[in-house]
Parts: sequence; structure tokens; C-alpha cells
Amino acid sequence: MTTPAPTRATPNRPESTDLDAAERATTLAACARLKDAPGALLPILHAIQDALSYVPGAAVPLIAQELNLSRAEVHGVLSFYHYFRTEKPGRRVLRICRAEACQSVGAAALEQHAKRRLGVDYHGTTADGAITLEAVYCLGNCALGPSVMIDDTIEGRVDAQRFDEIVARARSAR
Amino acid sequence: MSAASIVYVPADASAVAVGADAVAAAIHAEAARRGASVRIVRNGSRGLLWLEPLVEADTPAGRIAYGPVAPGDVPGLFDAGFLGGGTHRSCLGPTAQIAYLKNQERLTFARVGLTDPLDLEAYRAHGGFRGLDAALDLKPGEIVERVTASGLRGRGGAAFPAGIKWKTALDAAADRKYVVCNADEGDSGTFSDRMLMEGDPYALIEGMTIAGLATGATQGYIYLRFEYPHARRALERAIETAREHGYLGERLRGTDRRFDLEVRIGAGAYICGEETSLLESLEGKRGQVRFKPPLPAIRGLFGKPTVINNVITLASVPIILDRGAEYYRDFGLGRSRGTLPIQLTGNIRHGGLVEKAFGSTLRELLYDFGGGSRSGRPIRAVQVGGPLGAYLPESQFDTPIDYEAFAAIGGMLGHGGIVVFDDTVDMAAQARYAMEFCAIESCGKCTPCRIGSTRGVEVIDRLRAGEEPAKQEALLRDLCDTMIDGSLCALGGLTPYPVRSALNHFPEDFRKPAAARSRG
Ligand SMILES: Cc1cc2nc3c(=O)[nH]c(=O)nc-3n(C[C@H](O)[C@H](O)[C@H](O)COP(=O)(O)O)c2cc1C
Ligand code: SF4
Ligand code: FES
Repeated sequence: MTTPAPTRATPNRPESTDLDAAERATTLAACARLKDAPGALLPILHAIQDALSYVPGAAVPLIAQELNLSRAEVHGVLSFYHYFRTEKPGRRVLRICRAEACQSVGAAALEQHAKRRLGVDYHGTTADGAITLEAVYCLGNCALGPSVMIDDTIEGRVDAQRFDEIVARARSAR
Repeated sequence: MSAASIVYVPADASAVAVGADAVAAAIHAEAARRGASVRIVRNGSRGLLWLEPLVEADTPAGRIAYGPVAPGDVPGLFDAGFLGGGTHRSCLGPTAQIAYLKNQERLTFARVGLTDPLDLEAYRAHGGFRGLDAALDLKPGEIVERVTASGLRGRGGAAFPAGIKWKTALDAAADRKYVVCNADEGDSGTFSDRMLMEGDPYALIEGMTIAGLATGATQGYIYLRFEYPHARRALERAIETAREHGYLGERLRGTDRRFDLEVRIGAGAYICGEETSLLESLEGKRGQVRFKPPLPAIRGLFGKPTVINNVITLASVPIILDRGAEYYRDFGLGRSRGTLPIQLTGNIRHGGLVEKAFGSTLRELLYDFGGGSRSGRPIRAVQVGGPLGAYLPESQFDTPIDYEAFAAIGGMLGHGGIVVFDDTVDMAAQARYAMEFCAIESCGKCTPCRIGSTRGVEVIDRLRAGEEPAKQEALLRDLCDTMIDGSLCALGGLTPYPVRSALNHFPEDFRKPAAARSRG
């Protein structure tokens, strides 16, 4: 199931019915576990994205109902933060650091190489569904850039060759 | 050999990013193959990042460093007898004697790299929790006085005196107060928060607990960016262990005081490093900047008095309570007291962390510590203080590391990050990026920031294309003024600084058409 972006702009549709069983169960479990924590919405969105790798747009009404918030509030938070995604990504998410310290050692060239090599732009997923490309602004590895993050792993001094190795490894894993 | 030889291999994210895990695995495998009894300790990084993975052997003559070590070097290291400090081409001698480290004044980072960061016994053995023990014997007001007397100013960017903030929170009567640690570390060119959280997490826990005791806050939150998964693991485990041993929770160290802590994860928004936006985010909302007043110390998280400080600010508190305010204040100069963990980054040969008393010059850091550019080409510009910091040309490299000295040249020290660029840099592209970054990260509340930054990108594009350059430059300067005057927070208000400094110090980069701009 995909939720096209415009759906999120019309929060009056009864979207919760669009959730499949796993999405619904994950959403409800995250809400049940975390909703009593102060400021629970971000932890809940994280929990859902940790489990599913995205937060289905159609989960918005359900989360709103569970937390006693308006759909607009939940939607507003979900769309404010760059990290949350409403579409299922590829099997691995690869983030390239675009920030200054990495720029000074060739991040722009790496960025071009990555887009060419993967055949996608930022937010795009490779045709084989293996990798989604994202931008990131500093990974705290600024002395050993250019830096990339693949899921939870950070790689330093990434030139075109190392990038290709990282991609090959990412593709072969599973 | 009776006891196992001890070998240190950092688990720091930067060390791991260049292969430390593979090196640890190779040492483990090689030791097993040779039947050698080796205990591998995954320590924090010493901060000599260009030498990572930096392996240390614990020998009778002290710790001997080897680096950078690749997995393929490991059999050779064993052949050379590195477990006993044997000679090898990667040998750097006794770690403590390496000039880069020896010439630092490590107060906040004193323990980082020495031990397994999660080993509570080791933390105590190296002076840990002495500050907390001292604080437990003091009245809240006395703790605040010591922090004030130390001269400690916020290390997150704005350099506001920590003691004054704490006093405000202490004096605010409320049924509940909070301590919030700003671990959003969004500035490019900075990683000191990360290194501290990974390399000495108990120091942050101790500092936050002292802040709680000082202000009457009983709950703390660490707002950590998602980009730091290693730090998250270290903090969560350290909090758990501290709680098990009575350093967090009810009845702190057997007293009737309490304080507890939780890590909350950000979601990729630079603006959430701004303190009021961070509080909104912690409350589960969009990270939009709040109007001040009220100050967070009076009405902060969930409307309650809240002390919000940077990681380094809080982690510097234990040593102040332990060694005394004078001890800390005696480092530094003018109104910049104590030490600053400086991060040498970007195109620099010896990138890493240098904790120094305030007062060294940029030039000393760039050349004596940094060894010049990584590329070997001349350094043309440096950006200090993150994406909102000015670009500085060579002529300003004699500026001392001092908040006021930087302010005097239109720059800022910020969180202590220095990003180095060689002479291939295109400063017009850097100015464009500053505007682009502001447009991407704007919280959307003020028009000059939200719209002005996008206009800024367009104007710079036209300027670079050579379209009516005089007119575009005037437009750009106007736009900068509008952003400075009409922005609620420093994102919109300071983005003009890198832009204007690029324009002022490197005007030639804005004049040439793009095709002619590439340098040989
Ligand atoms: C756009 C923006 C981003 C900021 N990012 C951070 C950050 O990542 N970390 C931080 O400690 N302070 C950051 N600050 C500064 C905080 O607003 C605040 O001054 C700081 O958390 C106070 O702690 P300190 O006094 O200990 O420095 C930022 C400020 C602005 C305007
Ligand atoms: S200056 Fe920009 S980031 Fe700051 S409050 Fe205004 S719109 Fe938000
Ligand atoms: S700028 Fe790329 S890791 Fe910091």
C-alpha cells in the first residue's frame, strides 16, 4: 500500500481503514506502550518507524485518536521532521552528509557520483528496491569526511571507490 | 604469561567509521590463532582522529599507541610484539607523550579514551562522581554559586553564563522542574558532544544530576539527534547502570534526594538545537521557535522551570564541583574562562579534538595542531562556529580563541568547531549553501528567514552567473540586513554572517563566471 503525498493534505478522509493489519497492530502497540509518557508523539512516531521503516500516512487518524490530538496536529508533526517518512523506503537507507566539513573534502563530488551510481536523486529508491538515498547534515564525523550513514552505520573518508564498495555490501546483505 | 595483555581499540563512532570494529575483530582472531591471552577494551577515542583506528597496548612502560591500524596490519603487530610495546612502523610511542595530546589541557575530556566508557568502577577510579558527592553535601544555592564563580559559559553556542541560568531556575518556585541536555549537536564541524557522550557518558549523567540538585529539578531529558546511534546506546546503557548503582533514581546515593533521566531522540531538524524549539519537540510538537520571554528557566518544558544546557557545559560541571571554581576559572582569559574542546575538521591534516584553555590562536590550532590542510594546499578560509559562523580569511588567523575576540571580528566561536577549506574552495558556492541550508532548516515562523533564504539562493545564482552583478550584490546585502533585523532566532539572524563574510573577504569568487572559476 502506498499513500501518495496529497492524501496527507486531506486529513478528513477515514484513512485508518487503509492500514494493513501489521501497520495497524504496530501503530496501536506503539501508542499503547508510550502514550502516557509526557510528550509522547515523537517517541511513538519513532517506534512506528523503527518497526516498519516508515510511518504510514494512514496511521495519522489512529494516532490522533489514541493520543487525543487532532489529525492536523499529528500530521503537522509528522511532516515537520525530515527524518520521518510516510512511504516505505528501500531495504537500506543511505544518507550522504552534505554539510560544510564534508564539502571541504569532496562531498559534492561524492553526491554526484552517488546519484549517478544509484540512478536516483535524493528521496529516491533504486530500481531493485535495495537502497533509498537521503541527504543528511553532519554525522559528527567531520574530521574524517566525506561521511555517509547506511542505516545505523557511519562510514568515513568515503571516496567514489569506497562508496561503490559500501553499496555492493548493502546490496548483498539480504 | 599469566594475566591477559590489555589492548585498547576505540568504539567511538569516528574510529568505527574508519574500521575500528574490523581491527578489534582481527586482533581477537589473531590472538586466538596464536594462543595469546588478550583482553580487548573498547575505549573512547583519544581524539587524534587522523590516527584512527588508534590501538593502544597496556605495557609495563605505560600505554603505547599504534595507528592508524588496518586489519591487515594485525599479524605484523603481533610479530613485532606490540602487546609489550614492540617496535612497528605504526608505533607512535607512549600515548601520553604524543605532542597533540600532551599539549592539551584536558579537563572535560580528561577521561575520554582512557577506559571502557561504561565501566562504572573505572569511572570512579578516575575521579568520577566526586563532583556529585561534593554537591550532595551542599545547599542548592551553594552549588549554583560555585558554578557561577567558575565563569563557565554555555558551550552550545550562545555562551551565556551557566550559573546565572541555574540561579533563575532555582529561584523559580514550582512543583516540578526539569534539566534538559541539548545533545542535538547540529553544527557541521562539531563532534565534541558525541565524543563525550560515547566516551564518558557518566560525566554527563553526573553533571545533569548536579544541575538537578542545584535547581530542585527531579527529571532530566537528553535530547539526542538521531544521527548519533552510538551515543544513544552508550547513554542508555550508562543510565541503566547508574540507576542500578544508586547514582540515579529515588534516594540518590542513599540520601533523600532524587533525580532521573531519559534519552529522547530527535528527528533530523537543525532548528531543534535552538533551545525553545527543542522544548517544543520534547513536548511532542513541531519544532517551532518560541518567543522569549518567558525564559525557559522560568517557563520551559511543559511550562515548568527548565535548565537547558549543552552536553559540554553539563559535563564540565563535575570537575568544577570536585576541584573547585578557582581551579576551573584559572584556565582561560578575559571573560572566557576554563577550556574549550575545539574540533579541527574538514580539509585538515591532523583532524581531531583539542581541548585547550581559551587563548590559543586560530593559527596555532590550524598549523601547530592541525598540520595544515589535508590536501597539502594552502588554507584559504575557515568557518568557525558552525553553519551560522563567519568565513575567516588568512588575515584573521591570529584571532585568539575567546568569545569576545571572535565577536569583535564579526565571527563566533559557537560550539568550537573549525572547518578548514583549501584554495580550491569556491566561496560563492559556500555562501549559496549557507542560504540553502537556512531555507531547508527554517522552522517557518518568520518571513525573512523562510522566504529570504530562498531569495538569497536565487540572488547568489544570478550574481554567479554575472547578471547585473552590482545590482545583485546590493540586493543580497539588503536581504542580509532584512534577515538580521527580522528574524526571531539565530538561524535566520546569523545566516547572513557566512554569506557577508564570504562576500567581503572573497569578492573575486562572486565576480568570475562559473566556468572560469575552477582553480588549478
Ligand atoms: C539554530 C540554532 C541551533 C542551535 N543548535 C544547538 C545545538 O545543536 N546544540 C546546542 O547545545 N545548542 C544549540 N543552540 C543554542 C541553544 O539555543 C542554547 O543556547 C543552548 O542549548 C544553551 O545551552 P548552553 O548555555 O549550555 O550553551 C542552537 C541555537 C540556534 C539558534
Ligand atoms: S529565524 Fe527562522 S528558524 Fe528562527 S524562528 Fe524565525 S523562521 Fe524559525
Ligand atoms: S559535516 Fe559531514 S560529518 Fe560533519
